Amino acid sequence: MANIKQLKNEYPQIVKEHSPKNKVMINSAKAFLVGGAICTIGQGFTEIYKYYGMAKDDAQMVSTVTLILLSAIFTGFNIYDNIGKFGGAGAAIPITGFANAMVSSAMEFKKEGYVYGMGAKLFTIAGPVIVFGAIASVVAGIIFYFV
Amino acid sequence: MDLFMELLKTFVVGGIICSIGQILLDRTKLTGGRIMVLFLLAGAVLTALGLYEPLVNFAGAGATVPISGFGYALVKGAIEEVGKEGFMGAFSGGIKATSAGITAAIVFGYMAALLSNPKSKS
Repeated sequence: MANIKQLKNEYPQIVKEHSPKNKVMINSAKAFLVGGAICTIGQGFTEIYKYYGMAKDDAQMVSTVTLILLSAIFTGFNIYDNIGKFGGAGAAIPITGFANAMVSSAMEFKKEGYVYGMGAKLFTIAGPVIVFGAIASVVAGIIFYFV
Repeated sequence: MDLFMELLKTFVVGGIICSIGQILLDRTKLTGGRIMVLFLLAGAVLTALGLYEPLVNFAGAGATVPISGFGYALVKGAIEEVGKEGFMGAFSGGIKATSAGITAAIVFGYMAALLSNPKSKS
């Protein structure tokens, strides 16, 4: 019995020791570095495309497509997962994280088939983002029509 | 030097946006998908209020690459299309402006998933 009482007293301490430390500062610094780096790579592509004669808007669009392509490839080779483990939101918030979420959930449900597995699960994360995005754009458009 | 300054601005602004996401992830119970939707909507609302465009002009990809930039592109597209096409522009403009990105994500995403297998969880 004494043992149990002792354990009860020590338990909160044990929980504290084994629960993950609150590393908000370090995590945000990592997110800052990774997120900043991804955006800078995107800007780099834009500059390169502009250098080769593309208009600014086109260059930005092609740069976004390039980032999405790279993210899909890196996810396929299981590399983006590791970037995500280090960078957290820094890897998730950029458009590359959006593409990564699509590919990784599609990969995970590959066994359920090409239509209901991959075809449907591609949109586990992307679906909500596109749904709310479409709604927001229509609402904004209507407001600006009347204002 | 100019290019270096441009890239530095991109890095700092993109980094700040992502670290806000990380703080939300660590300090609240919001999951990754919800934070993405939240950032998208934040980008959309700030764009409608005319506050996101200056950030894009300042930081370029630092503001357009984060998912809030997707919200920016959607709303900007819808507003511009309303100016050109009238009421129906509200329905066509957003997706039209972002169609290349969405289609790229679907096509490349499906192909990448088709050609690769998840790492075994051992």
